[in-house]
Amino acid sequence: MKPKAILKRMDAITPDVYLSMGLTESEFQKILTLMGRTPTLTEIGMFAVMWSEHCGYKYSRPILRYFKKYRDALDGEGLENAGIIPIGDGLGIVMKVESHNHPSAVEPYQGAATGVGGIIRDIFTMGARPIAGLNSLRFGPIHEGGAESEVVLRNRYLCEHVVAGIGGYGNCVGVPTVAGEVAFHPRYSGNPLVNAMAVGIVKIDEVTTAGAAGEGNPVIYLGSATGKDGIHGATFASDALGAENEDKRPNVQIGDPFAEKLLIEATLEALKTGAIQSIQDMGAAGLTCSTVEMSSKGEVGMDVNLDLVPMRESDMSAYELMLSESQERMLCVAFKGREQEVISVFEKWGLKAVVIGHVTPNGLVTVRRHGKIEAQVVASQLADECPTYTVIPEEPGYYRAAESFSLDDVPVTPAEEALSKLMSAPSLASKEWIFRQYDSQVQTQTSLPPGQGDAAVLAPRGTDKGLALKIDGNSRWVYLNPYVGGQLAVAEACRNVACTGGLPVGATDGLNFGNPTYPHVYWQFERAVKGIADACEIMQTPVVSGNVSFYNESDLGEVPPTPLIGILGILNHASRRIGMGSTLGQVDLHLVWYENDLGLHQGLGASSYLAEVHGIESGWPVAPNLPLERVLCEWLASQVDQQRLKLAHDVSEGGLAFCLAEIALASERGLEVNLQNGPWDPLTRPDSVLFGEFPGWVVVGVDPDDTAALSGTLPPGLRSNQLGRLTSQEWLLIRQNDQILLQTGQETLYHWHNSCIPQVLWH
Amino acid sequence: MKVAVIRFPGSNCDQDAFHSLNDDLGVSAEYVWHQDNSLSGYEGVFLPGGFSYGDYLRCGAMAAQSTIMQEVRRFASEGKLVIGACNGFQVLCETHLLPGALLLNEQQKFICQDVYLRRESSHGPFLANVPDVISLPIAHGEGRYIADDETLKRLNGEGLVAFRYCDGAGNLTSDSNINGSVESIAGILSQNGNVLGLMPHPERATKALLGGVDGRTILGAFQLALSKV
Repeated sequence: MKPKAILKRMDAITPDVYLSMGLTESEFQKILTLMGRTPTLTEIGMFAVMWSEHCGYKYSRPILRYFKKYRDALDGEGLENAGIIPIGDGLGIVMKVESHNHPSAVEPYQGAATGVGGIIRDIFTMGARPIAGLNSLRFGPIHEGGAESEVVLRNRYLCEHVVAGIGGYGNCVGVPTVAGEVAFHPRYSGNPLVNAMAVGIVKIDEVTTAGAAGEGNPVIYLGSATGKDGIHGATFASDALGAENEDKRPNVQIGDPFAEKLLIEATLEALKTGAIQSIQDMGAAGLTCSTVEMSSKGEVGMDVNLDLVPMRESDMSAYELMLSESQERMLCVAFKGREQEVISVFEKWGLKAVVIGHVTPNGLVTVRRHGKIEAQVVASQLADECPTYTVIPEEPGYYRAAESFSLDDVPVTPAEEALSKLMSAPSLASKEWIFRQYDSQVQTQTSLPPGQGDAAVLAPRGTDKGLALKIDGNSRWVYLNPYVGGQLAVAEACRNVACTGGLPVGATDGLNFGNPTYPHVYWQFERAVKGIADACEIMQTPVVSGNVSFYNESDLGEVPPTPLIGILGILNHASRRIGMGSTLGQVDLHLVWYENDLGLHQGLGASSYLAEVHGIESGWPVAPNLPLERVLCEWLASQVDQQRLKLAHDVSEGGLAFCLAEIALASERGLEVNLQNGPWDPLTRPDSVLFGEFPGWVVVGVDPDDTAALSGTLPPGLRSNQLGRLTSQEWLLIRQNDQILLQTGQETLYHWHNSCIPQVLWH
Repeated sequence: MKVAVIRFPGSNCDQDAFHSLNDDLGVSAEYVWHQDNSLSGYEGVFLPGGFSYGDYLRCGAMAAQSTIMQEVRRFASEGKLVIGACNGFQVLCETHLLPGALLLNEQQKFICQDVYLRRESSHGPFLANVPDVISLPIAHGEGRYIADDETLKRLNGEGLVAFRYCDGAGNLTSDSNINGSVESIAGILSQNGNVLGLMPHPERATKALLGGVDGRTILGAFQLALSKV
């Protein structure tokens, strides 16, 4: 039923009303029991959004307890402040990922733009200045023949407009978009994934609270006026996409990055006055979520007069006002008598700041409109009593079939042909056409911009330290083996950050899955989260925040399980960061590695080589040795800090050959290696040597004078082999003893890597 | 004596300009709010990049009507130094302190990357110490410079074209003309040479940690001007 139809039934709470809002019959009965009476329409709407999967984490909360920091926080002091990573010098980093998948499927520009806006608000609401944005995007195939031509065209439209939306918002709001990743798979057709990550920096003693306090303290509405957009957006996000997508267009919010820029500056300036007791952004579920959560966290209540809320249309009902997800709004509680200090700052920035109510001691959120109480609810019932569900997980048949996959029937593709297909596959091709549409340098703290290293590096003012940032995920690994795939996602993102010199210190995640009520999806979710949680403990990167997005499915099927991992690494000296290439001086190349269990499929299970060259998605990926991954990261960070490395790049999707090709391109010169004794010795297939995906392999470049000393710096468990060097020739040459495995010109490599995305997206 | 960094609502390179001048060039800079009406005590003005007033009308059009721009006009007429980078250049054109206009990039997309610039003139203090070819970052969606033939003739004739987009060797090619500007123009000067508008960001290239220092050769003009006061 459409929202309008719901509103027509204002007088009667019939099952189709609450069912259409996403509540189940049993949830409605629980609400009746909690309230002891029949709720009003506004109240039932408030319960529906707060108890949606998006806000209530109904299906995920039990599993999220695998995350140690989350578990400790829930059992201890609560989640507040759990998300801050201290980096020394009195500074802390906050970071978070948020998905905006469903809005972006319907209205890609605004869906992506408001995703960026929402996650940035999550950062400065904590008192932190947003200093970087990252994103992770998934679309259906965009290359000709990747799907039916209509679907391909739609996917291109979605990709192009999502990118434009991220740029349009991020560029204007003045937060640099410093890193990201984009991949394509047929199963994202119809349900693209748009995950935005934001990072902020805060003086630890200036971190804000969201817990309201102080009877009689004024509740102040801040920012843009409330309109009728985005009503029930959180509920929309908690349902599957279907043919009626177009009807959901009114559920999509509209972004105004200019307003957000003002809101950032005004909020940070107002916080400095000390007149603000607590503050929270109005994101999902708008006024409902902010009033309820601030009351619940502070164990107080709020009495709010909606007549005072700035409105875009004067005829808005209590229901619409409480459920609107209009963007660029905040709610704060000021100390009584100091409200004018807050109001003055916001007015200076041309923004609205209006006292709409006050804090009460009774734990009730009371909402009035036209003199009538439209809702009176116990805040904690909405915030904390959302039911949780567990599903009996079921291992799908494909999992064991993948384990027993055999390479016997897979022919060895000639190396050059395989590398050409890998480098020009949209998922692996250069994303320069995309990231150059993002302002990656505003705020002048970006020391390693997109495309130059395995992670971005920021050099924030006020410290010598550097921040290495990365978001990463590989859904094929996770799909075929969710537990190992979850571990690999963490290991790889950590390794990427370490390759620039950052020691991994914290993680955030964006967990994108299908419908959790399906036993096999729940199994994917449970296994993947377990893998991530176990890996984060060993990698010493506690998960400080996260987001769960379920119901990512459409008429075209459910998406592959796609957990995305954001990692923060710290460099002692930002100025010592390295990239994946080196354009100057003589450089010897070495492979640093640890001994892998080479697995059932010689590194080709779940590989890009099988998928992009042979069209096969099967086999299990090689599992990482997590304790040695941590040792590897520590070694990389310390070597970079001692300025012993000139470049570093990990061997990942596409294997060693792909890694070397990227190093050659980033170095703008040739490269020659000879694969003598090394970890490839037990491999029986040349394609597995060149294209196998082995965790823990990193190619590093050093000055020839340092070559002899390199192996002596390695801690137990790590090994190294000299591979070769960067050359002044114009080709990439890979030999094994006397045999040439691959020889390709630099220009050819560049063409493979850089033409694919512009060719299909440029009109 | 100080440089005023003008802050419009929606400016987002104001803090970058502030820190570049203060921290990297040792030039004392302060923020001046768009509603202020005086530049007394200042010897230079920096109009920063960003999206002033959201740029929801034409870029820079609203800012041109602000209180402070009246004062910037007067300030410029006294021969004092005014630089506008990116949105600041757009504001200068909308204020008619510089001729011409800036349109959507030829390829209709925002572009963020480093570009090479060829210095085209040695007129005025801003270009006095700039080498023949420099590299600066750009980050804009609407940077395609356009002017009528008469204006172009005058700009060329009087040495008022400050920079053109070029390749690393200083050649003007169609590829190097990154946004499709007329005659590859990246920046222009006022008649007296005391007002410079350019799309690239000199304030983003004043320390090696960020990958380049060529912006110092332009902004160094403030050091000289201030040392004379």
